[in-house]
Amino acid sequence: MPPLAMSLLQRVCQAGLVAWVVGTLTFVLTRTLPGDMAYRIAAGRYGHEQVTAAAAEAVRAELALEGSAVQAYLQWFGDLARGDLGRSLVSGQPVAGELQHLLGHSAQLAGVAIVMALLIGVPFGLASGLSRHRLLDRLGLALAVAMRSLPPFVIGLGLIMLFSITLGWLPAAGSGHLTHLWLPAMALALGLAAVSSRVTHHAMARVAASPFYAFARQKGLSARQALYRHGLRNVSVPVVAYLGVQLIYLMEGVVVIESLFAWPGIGHALVHAVVARDVPMIQGTALVLGLGFVLLNALVDLACRGLDPLRQTS
Amino acid sequence: MHRPPPLSLLCRLLLVPLLLAALPASADDDRLDVVAPWEINSLDPVQSGLILGRMQVAETLIDSDDTGALVPGLATRWQSPDATHWHLTLRQGVHFHDGTPMTPKSVAASLERTLDRPGVLAQADILEVTPTDQGVDLVLAQPFAALPALLSHYSTQILAPAAYDNDGQVTRIIATGPYQVTQLALPQRLDSTRFEAYWGKAPAIATTRYLAAPRSETRTLMAQSGDADLVFTLDPVSLARLRMTPGLALFAEPIPRTVALKLNATHPGLDTPALRHAISLGIDRDGIAQGILRRSDAAAHQLLPPSMARWHLSDRAPEARNLDRARQLLASEGWTPGPDGILSRNGTRLALTLTTFADRPELPVIATALQAQLRELGMDVQVNVGNASEIPASHQDGSLNMALLGRNYGLVPDPLPTLMQDFGPTGGDWGAMNWSSPALQDIFTELTRHTDPARRDALAQQAATLLADERPVIPVVSYMQTLAASSRLEGVSLDPFERSYRLADMRWGD
Repeated sequence: MPPLAMSLLQRVCQAGLVAWVVGTLTFVLTRTLPGDMAYRIAAGRYGHEQVTAAAAEAVRAELALEGSAVQAYLQWFGDLARGDLGRSLVSGQPVAGELQHLLGHSAQLAGVAIVMALLIGVPFGLASGLSRHRLLDRLGLALAVAMRSLPPFVIGLGLIMLFSITLGWLPAAGSGHLTHLWLPAMALALGLAAVSSRVTHHAMARVAASPFYAFARQKGLSARQALYRHGLRNVSVPVVAYLGVQLIYLMEGVVVIESLFAWPGIGHALVHAVVARDVPMIQGTALVLGLGFVLLNALVDLACRGLDPLRQTS
Repeated sequence: MHRPPPLSLLCRLLLVPLLLAALPASADDDRLDVVAPWEINSLDPVQSGLILGRMQVAETLIDSDDTGALVPGLATRWQSPDATHWHLTLRQGVHFHDGTPMTPKSVAASLERTLDRPGVLAQADILEVTPTDQGVDLVLAQPFAALPALLSHYSTQILAPAAYDNDGQVTRIIATGPYQVTQLALPQRLDSTRFEAYWGKAPAIATTRYLAAPRSETRTLMAQSGDADLVFTLDPVSLARLRMTPGLALFAEPIPRTVALKLNATHPGLDTPALRHAISLGIDRDGIAQGILRRSDAAAHQLLPPSMARWHLSDRAPEARNLDRARQLLASEGWTPGPDGILSRNGTRLALTLTTFADRPELPVIATALQAQLRELGMDVQVNVGNASEIPASHQDGSLNMALLGRNYGLVPDPLPTLMQDFGPTGGDWGAMNWSSPALQDIFTELTRHTDPARRDALAQQAATLLADERPVIPVVSYMQTLAASSRLEGVSLDPFERSYRLADMRWGD
């Protein structure tokens, strides 16, 4: 079997495993959380003040919460195999439909954040990697440490203060217009860019110090030509590979940032589903996040394979 | 051959949307943007009618004015000879948002469906809903004089027959309000536009948007940046900052919502009126009002506010904090300070758990203030911050000691249904626990039978006296509804019953 097909098959198996682990873990965790599920669901549905014993009992009867846990667990996998994620216990709408809408928003946010992070982090890393000035390197490191150690929530608040309140350029929160995307995406991107810029810096410094780069300059290529022809591709492999590692940061960030910016995405929905014990919704969102993680890692693998000729031949 | 370097090409590509993005920020300036913390969970009015009502998309048969008096909504008249049989006359010429006329049959069907779901209407024990020529007739199992008040609750909003699928689930919001839904993105956004065939006065502002922003920081920043025209429910600290923001007008109105301490009346430290009185005397209400809510007028000495005059004892003086008197009361019940300063009786320490929740951000802060204040009396209080539903759940399983909650007595304009729920023969999930009073039940029963205002006033005063003397639930502070509105808007006002944001009365100034 060719290595590419092999690697893809591996990812498919991984996806199946992720589905099983995520489904099982969320099921066990939601069942073992303290508090009465029927009351939680009723609170999610009717608002906490409308929660009475009667409303909770109605929910319990309607959803057959007293039934066997094993049966409910098997039922979920059976439905999943048929592509049915069930209905939300709170809204009564099909989970798949809700996820589609939420995932679109989250994917948009995450996608723009990654592009922004690369556009900020990579040029900065290249410049500091090529420069002989220690100052630029130190400055980059200080900025990167600062950005990476600030929680996305704080970065987000700072961006709103600057761009919405002081300058009045961008809306503070909400959705429905392209302008709403910039601040949440930027809040995520700054943390990602911090790491990308450092990875780029080190990769660039390594390439710039290598004999083949010195040879490229000696044969008469300008600094720019040498960078485009012999530098970028070499630098890009670790940068892209490291993006895969940063996906965790991105997913964590999405949950917090979506809440802060009132962005109707999957992270925000997950938080609410956990509070309301909306089990099918928790399982659905966790499953999509898990599979998304596998998919993005597979894409990172493919991209690295495409960028790195050594991997193609081996 | 010259090829543009890939990086600079990417930069140029990115510039285009950036420039585009900078332009249309002011394009939707004529839309009225409303921001509030409440998410839209579902299409069903039983669940999300609160927002549908406030955004003036859906309406109820009966409405209320600022004083809580019932006024015609989709029904123009309601009569009952005996509080058991009710005749409602419907307003003529009302159309649903899909253009179909509202008929007695469609109203009856909408009410029937509401009855199948948990909600306030269950209290009235309705046996039959029958469409008549001009309206609907309701037959109750027992007399219930407060039925018209229940019919003003958001869960009883009237939707068109086409709003439901065959199982009775709401699939589209087709109601009768001055605004109709154009787009709904659950759980966050509801866009609506003026309904041209509305039966009442046409709204001046053509389009509105509701955005749920559960975080209070987000709402404050949206008000400050001018992204939102109406921002509801602001925390006390942000309010102080927004006061200094130009272009904003701030509004505040007391609402009949009270922060109260729910007590388990079988706990040895809480089981007599004297013990509960001692706790009440130990609370520094003015301190909590000033220090936490930043309002000098927020202390609540009775469950129901002065605005609900029928239920408020206007001649009863507020009781200031008095630790000496409180200690005397505790000592008279046998609770005396032990070596560690904690009260004990026959070797048992007075230790209590105070359960509260963080959905209303001030509650945990007030709970810790109470913890410190009651410690001065010698009570060892542990604060447990959890989910709101833990309060009814632990009420039911009997494990609750004390709970701090915010109770809205204006859920329907007549507080009777809420009080009957809270202080019923077996207590109430959000009211008394292991406390009941046959005398109070008799007053409630009489109130459900009598429609004569003078008689009802006297009965309500008796009930209020009983609750104030027995203190099964102790009031702490009262709430204020807060709103930051763009100063471009005219005609802004707050509804003390929080039924409507009154968007249809607003217009853009110059």
